[in-house]
Amino acid sequence: MIVFDQVTKRYPGTTADVVNQLSLTINDGEICILVGPSGCGKTTTMKMINKLIPPSSGSILIDGHDIGAIDTIALRLNIGYIIQDIGLFPHMTVAENIATVPVELGWKKDRISARVDELLDLVELEPKIYRHKKPRELSGGQRQRVGVARALAADPKIMLMDEPFGALDPITRAKLQDEFLKIQAKIKKTIVFVTHDIDEALKMGDRIAVLKAGRVVQYGTPMEILARPADPFVSELIGGRNSLKMMNLLTCGEVMEKVGMASDFAAAATVSIQATTQDALAEMFRTGQSTVLVLDDQKNVQGLIRLETLLESVSDYGRNS
Amino acid sequence: MDATASRSLNSLAQVLKLAMLVALGFFLSIYVVENPQDSLVSRLVSYPKIAALLGQHLTIVGISCLLAIVTAVPTGILITRSHLRKWAPKIIGLVNIAQAVPSLAVVALSVGLLGVGSSTAILALWLYSLLPILNNTLTGINELEPSIIEAAHGMGMNPRRILYKIELPLASPLIISGIRTAVTINIGSAILAAFVGGGGLGNLIIAGNNISRWQVVVLGATLPVIMALIADTGFDLFERRWRVKRG
Repeated sequence: MIVFDQVTKRYPGTTADVVNQLSLTINDGEICILVGPSGCGKTTTMKMINKLIPPSSGSILIDGHDIGAIDTIALRLNIGYIIQDIGLFPHMTVAENIATVPVELGWKKDRISARVDELLDLVELEPKIYRHKKPRELSGGQRQRVGVARALAADPKIMLMDEPFGALDPITRAKLQDEFLKIQAKIKKTIVFVTHDIDEALKMGDRIAVLKAGRVVQYGTPMEILARPADPFVSELIGGRNSLKMMNLLTCGEVMEKVGMASDFAAAATVSIQATTQDALAEMFRTGQSTVLVLDDQKNVQGLIRLETLLESVSDYGRNS
Repeated sequence: MDATASRSLNSLAQVLKLAMLVALGFFLSIYVVENPQDSLVSRLVSYPKIAALLGQHLTIVGISCLLAIVTAVPTGILITRSHLRKWAPKIIGLVNIAQAVPSLAVVALSVGLLGVGSSTAILALWLYSLLPILNNTLTGINELEPSIIEAAHGMGMNPRRILYKIELPLASPLIISGIRTAVTINIGSAILAAFVGGGGLGNLIIAGNNISRWQVVVLGATLPVIMALIADTGFDLFERRWRVKRG
């Protein structure tokens, strides 16, 4: 758990606080997104966690320990770090890059090489092919995968990610986001993720902290933020169509009515159980039917969704939870 | 033709150039020794004499360049460290003054310090080769991608490790090219050592001029030129190898 307690950062010679009395609790195993416009203090906030930027006042605690009292190098070796420009070392091979932190920690050679292969497998780069390549031989997406592998090398509990997918084209970005969520489901790291893209925040975040002028204006799950934006600033950041965006966060599996026998609906429209309710709505529009069947991976009918269910699921969320 | 093939073809051309330069130097020396204009020339120029002067020349260049490397590279590194960075413009300015003075004047002024002899020549040439090495070390380190250094810090490498594993390897091509400039210029400037009793091939130019024998002057002037070209080509080859090895 990472706790910000009344943290303020003001640079010498300036009058405005970049981060202003910020308090925030980041839970273990969650992706916490810091989102906001440029200059809102999100990157500064993140860089204070690994002491790249010292706070002017207030304290930051990791698992109850004030980081001010922890040795800087030891702290950083235990926190994975990924930045937008990735910062891969161009004179080192992919394997050497990934091995950076293990080498600093003094691991044995064969342990490092086994770990490198394991990580390359995790980020879906064939070790035999990619181990000896130099960063300049890789595409942007591949470099970012190596960046993720490098940050994970010593299995840190915490990872800091500063706009990690910002420099990629939209297709590669979406693909890497999906893959990263899959990896996170396995590794359950505590992740602080900085972005200015609210859609990325809604997609990737377990919890989102919306920052404005160095303060947290709203902190909650994506659904909470969509359902009840705290103020006009948050609404503007979301950019409207909140319900449609909420539908994107709900899967068909979550809202469907379970049915046993489905032979009656043989002719109906269908969606996959992992699809979003937005997909279900799109399918209704496409087929002109107000009911769709929900299929599992084996194409067996698991349930059905009616148009009324969709309306309720989204509007209910705003009212009840 | 693929990149590797064209690279090795280029290297081959450089090796040939190197061999031709060496051959040219030998040919010139042999020609003058075997076909002297007159007895004066034959008395002044012999194989052992040329070898001795060449040795002196190379020693002066070697020592002054080595001194320049061991002083300028560490100084260049020091003034990129955050707490000493403010000194960088002052130190560069100081070294720039030495560079702005004509080389003959630097040599002459050094006599005031150390009298005549090869150590005077070495001092002057050392001063003269500081700037390219210092400047390139400074730029090489300062102009690295900031994100690379930030990533290294963020991952928990300490400043010393960052210097040895990241900054120096990445800055090395520029540092080496600074050394290349210094060595090449120094081989030419070392002719001036003769004027302060430091010896070297400049002796031939002075002696040849005194007795008005063109063969001796040409030999004394051409051998350093050939040596400078050899050094330059040698460095070129080395830099290629270095780049290939490091990718």
